[in-house]
Amino acid sequence: MWEAFLEPLSYEFMQRSLVVAVLVGLICAVVGSYLMVQRLALLGDAISHSVLPGLAIAFMIGANIFIGAFIAGVLSTMAIAWIRARSPIKEDAAMGIVFSACFALGITLITLIQRDNKIDLNHFLFGNILAVSRPEVWQTALISALVLVVVILLYKELLFYTFDPLGAQAAGLPTNLLNFGLMLLIALTIVASMKSVGVILVLALLITPGATAYLLVSRLHQVMVLGAGIGIFSSISGMYLSYFFNLPSGPAIVLVVSGLFVLALLFSPTYGVLTQPQASSGESMVWRELKGLIRRH
Amino acid sequence: MNPTALPFQTNLVQQPNLSGQVEQTRMSSSAFIAVNHLSVSYRAVEALRDINLLVRPGRLVGIFGPNGAGKSTLLKAMLGLISNTNGSVLYHNKPLMHQLDKVAYVPQRSQIDWSYPATVWDVVMMGRVQKTDWFRRFSVTSRRVAADALERVGMEKYRDRPIGQLSGGQQQRVFLARALAQEPEIFCFDEPLAGIDQKTQEVIFEIFHELVTAGKFVLVVNHDLGETIAHFDDLILLNQSLVAYGSRQQVLTQENLYRAYGGRVMFAAGEAA
Repeated sequence: MWEAFLEPLSYEFMQRSLVVAVLVGLICAVVGSYLMVQRLALLGDAISHSVLPGLAIAFMIGANIFIGAFIAGVLSTMAIAWIRARSPIKEDAAMGIVFSACFALGITLITLIQRDNKIDLNHFLFGNILAVSRPEVWQTALISALVLVVVILLYKELLFYTFDPLGAQAAGLPTNLLNFGLMLLIALTIVASMKSVGVILVLALLITPGATAYLLVSRLHQVMVLGAGIGIFSSISGMYLSYFFNLPSGPAIVLVVSGLFVLALLFSPTYGVLTQPQASSGESMVWRELKGLIRRH
Repeated sequence: MNPTALPFQTNLVQQPNLSGQVEQTRMSSSAFIAVNHLSVSYRAVEALRDINLLVRPGRLVGIFGPNGAGKSTLLKAMLGLISNTNGSVLYHNKPLMHQLDKVAYVPQRSQIDWSYPATVWDVVMMGRVQKTDWFRRFSVTSRRVAADALERVGMEKYRDRPIGQLSGGQQQRVFLARALAQEPEIFCFDEPLAGIDQKTQEVIFEIFHELVTAGKFVLVVNHDLGETIAHFDDLILLNQSLVAYGSRQQVLTQENLYRAYGGRVMFAAGEAA
């Protein structure tokens, strides 16, 4: 058993991918907690889809694809904010428009490059963590350190801002700057995660660990710490599942984290579907929940 | 030119009979909040039209008016929280929006996501963020100020409770504690009395009166023209533009109420004066 656990570690590519998986699980959970509490899950999705054209253009001109992706991510949030401010279109519609447009552009560009280069669209869409290079490990480590330091240093300001933006602005905090900083953190995190889970599934690592932790603890820093633990655990176990059963690594990681969420949903001491005291017993849980759904709508 | 005189003069035109009180306040304090020609419009819709006010400290000021009169908008516009604002709001002759460290603002309860993962203590400590340097942890003093504020609103026992598990009145008291912890000169509350219990109402007015006695500015948006109106010293009666401003007795006339609310207001409100 123990040997089976250690066996993959003897390969250097597995060591590299495990380091990246741990880092990505960590920062996605921390930064994603801000998305969850601000009800901006869709923004995470929007940014992650929008990085594709930047990545493709960077590749075409021979620049660093991380930087290209980062710039595209930031530009897309600015486009969303601009559409919302300058037209009566609501934020969710603006996000939908921008991210699908960028995604389409990204796929088109990458398909064009694919013809002449050794570049695989699927690796960006779904990640290819087993192929991370040594410089990419360093880049991910650098981004992770930066993201964590900023979150720790600005913790109290970001807590105030994300809880009560108007109150924070009225207390004189530079809320526009904080918001922009948060967007930068999210874009950086997504860029760092691109390689491991891909732009389509990165949302799961951003939202699900924090949401799972939210069902179990009641303060933001606890959500972040527990979420990070859940993210790291999912990344490692997803990697092992992918190694032993020859599964794609990104989806394996996402399936583990989603499974953990379902467990928390069912068994959380405070919110758990199965652990909450119910007034009327005798009817089955499934029937009770179905009735509840119908009554609510 | 005496800077406080100008807004004061324009105000006098709109509200006769105020000179005695204003004179008295002017002698005791030179600090006013001067609102000059404040207007707010959202996409061609005018939400507030040419508001001129001279707000004095040491008075419990209620902002009243019907739904959509622009009460919350006035408060937010005064603090520079809304774009598309014209006019000026001066405090000590400088724009108030550049002195927000002297302001505590409590938004409407419905503006807040109460399922946010934070405890009562987390929220009260937010009141100390502005007093704490960037990148620094909260000081011992900050913790003491926050603890005192929590005690003052009678919520110290709930310190570690998630905010989502409190009643509406308790949530409002936590926000009041946060405002107290900010140690501001100007307190702004948006509908703090909406849907709260009797105990909370007593605590809130007791603290309002203490703050007023200590010479603070206290501005309160209120929706309800019921009996609580008797607690206020001055009233700002709004309906997009300023209908009346002055002491409660002067503002609560049938004519003013009719101008603000149309024919819909009950006579009971007039009697509260």
